[in-house]
Amino acid sequence: MAAHKWSFTWTPVRKVLMVLAALAAVIVVYRLATGLGTTTNLNDQWPWGLWIGFDVLTGVALAGGGYSTALLVHIMHINKFNVIARSAMLTSLLGYLLVMAGLFLDIGQWFNFWRPFVSWGYHSVLFEVFWCISLYTTVQLIEFGEIATEKVAKSWHKPLKSIMPIMLILGVLLPTLHQSSLGGLYIIEVGKLHPLWWSPMLPLFFMMSSFFVGPAMVTIETTLAGKALGHHVEDRILRSLVRIAGSLMIIYLALKIIDLANRDAFGYVFAGGLESSMFLLEMTAGIIIPIIICFSSWSTSRNGLVIFSALTAGGVVLNRMNVVFTGMYQALGPGYFPSWMEWAVTIGLVSAGVLVYLFIAENFNILGAHEKHETA
Amino acid sequence: MLSKSVLVDLTRCTGCKACQTACKQWNDLPAVIPEFDNNLTFPNKTDGNTYTVVQHRVTEKDGQDVMRFAKMQCLHCLEPACASACFAKALQKTPEGPVVYNPELCVGCRYCMLACPFGVPKYEWDEVFPLVAKCQFCFDPNGKYDRLGHGQKPACVDTCPNGTLEFGERDEMLKEAWRRINSDPKYVKHVYGEKEAGGTNWLYISDVPFETFGFRTDVTERPLPEYTHDYLKWTPAVIAAWGGLLTLMYFYTKRRGEVAQDQGKNIGA
Repeated sequence: MAAHKWSFTWTPVRKVLMVLAALAAVIVVYRLATGLGTTTNLNDQWPWGLWIGFDVLTGVALAGGGYSTALLVHIMHINKFNVIARSAMLTSLLGYLLVMAGLFLDIGQWFNFWRPFVSWGYHSVLFEVFWCISLYTTVQLIEFGEIATEKVAKSWHKPLKSIMPIMLILGVLLPTLHQSSLGGLYIIEVGKLHPLWWSPMLPLFFMMSSFFVGPAMVTIETTLAGKALGHHVEDRILRSLVRIAGSLMIIYLALKIIDLANRDAFGYVFAGGLESSMFLLEMTAGIIIPIIICFSSWSTSRNGLVIFSALTAGGVVLNRMNVVFTGMYQALGPGYFPSWMEWAVTIGLVSAGVLVYLFIAENFNILGAHEKHETA
Repeated sequence: MLSKSVLVDLTRCTGCKACQTACKQWNDLPAVIPEFDNNLTFPNKTDGNTYTVVQHRVTEKDGQDVMRFAKMQCLHCLEPACASACFAKALQKTPEGPVVYNPELCVGCRYCMLACPFGVPKYEWDEVFPLVAKCQFCFDPNGKYDRLGHGQKPACVDTCPNGTLEFGERDEMLKEAWRRINSDPKYVKHVYGEKEAGGTNWLYISDVPFETFGFRTDVTERPLPEYTHDYLKWTPAVIAAWGGLLTLMYFYTKRRGEVAQDQGKNIGA
């Protein structure tokens, strides 16, 4: 077997990313060795901060492009989307690996992380999240294994390919469960999480938003990859993908309104103050404007699609931040802002993810023509 | 029911903090240099090394300034949110009443801290491998900090010099609480902990509003684990239905694609 050729081009941007990732790595070692008190600004009032709020809750949502694309391409076999399937699923895999890293850093007894595998606290939503995310990351590694074995350890390719149907079905089922369960985590915050966000329907809202942010993330990623790696996907394909997201967003918006009305919480929307402003920003910039872009002529241009995607992704980030921070502010009070080390780790983790993505995209068949026979 | 309970009658408390000291001593909790809140209380909050504090408050009653004191600690819910939120079973409700913490099982996710409607669980932020800290009701089966298991009262109750804290069966304590309220008009007509979060093993009565001490009076009366259960109970059905639907879609659309391809070939040929 001939030696594989690995390539990685060093550009200035990549060097900066490398420095950021290296800085994060140093802080990670420091955090694991000295504890949470020395590195984070977390406290008894705010036991969850940036790492759980952004790296985990938001990270998992933004990685939703993997399962939404998998559903369209591999379960519903809508073949026109094949061209984006591999890159979407790779981004998702990397996203989940980063989420796992973030979670691991955040838990106080990190050597004890495996405990819920044997001590089943099945009454906890976190139990479902833990199991699903662990299993799904494994499933995604196997799915990527099918791609990787096209180049390395080729003898594994056939057996991996033969179990792909099961993996692909699990690869949609598991995320559906844990995306909603991440919202489910906050059901127990009844009376603490502001009524603009607390709802028994929170799991459904989290699940739907993780699904419709998928096409947005795919569009952003494809546009960036188009520039960095010369990967071009036709606008019309992205547009029909975005239309699926937009339709779901209309249902989401309608459900939000019905839910607020049902709980007599509509009055809070225009009540003024921090919560209502943040909620209006989230719904207007993150849902209503994207819907308008999606179903108007704006979405015929790449610019329109990119603006739709940036707003939608930003809206989902804001939604998760609102649940974790804004909505909890009245109950928990002031007293938390992430430390520079928390920021540095978050930024460094994302940088590392981008670098690994670029490396894999340049060395495996991720973006190339993979259109006809590979639909599993 | 054998569920053990403590009735706290705030009208009897003189704020001596003997309970606070007894708790520290019994549980081997390190003391720190005092930092007073309003120059009245030490320390002002429970923390990773402090399971209980006595709050001192100056408030107004019948047009006069009065001082009132409230011992704060875990209320030991009948259906605790923290235990339901723990994904490793580190926190558990015991049939005897106490909600106890088993550090061996703890992963350190701190979801219990967020789940508790009363903000009780605290964390040892200064430790390299921090653990959760909260009142254990002096119940430590087979451990060195056990009192209840030996038929003794909790350290705080045992130490209280003026009958503020009374230990007994929950039913009895609840009856006693209402007997006192009904026999003396000075009391607020409310037993804190009778219904809050579905009921707690620690019960409070007072002659000044409970808000004075920051007790949350807007806590739902429905046990918090039930909210979560309303969602989680759908999981098996969703797995079966959605998993089944995905499998059907997978094979149906795949076959449809193949058929379409075959027909395309036939027509083309």
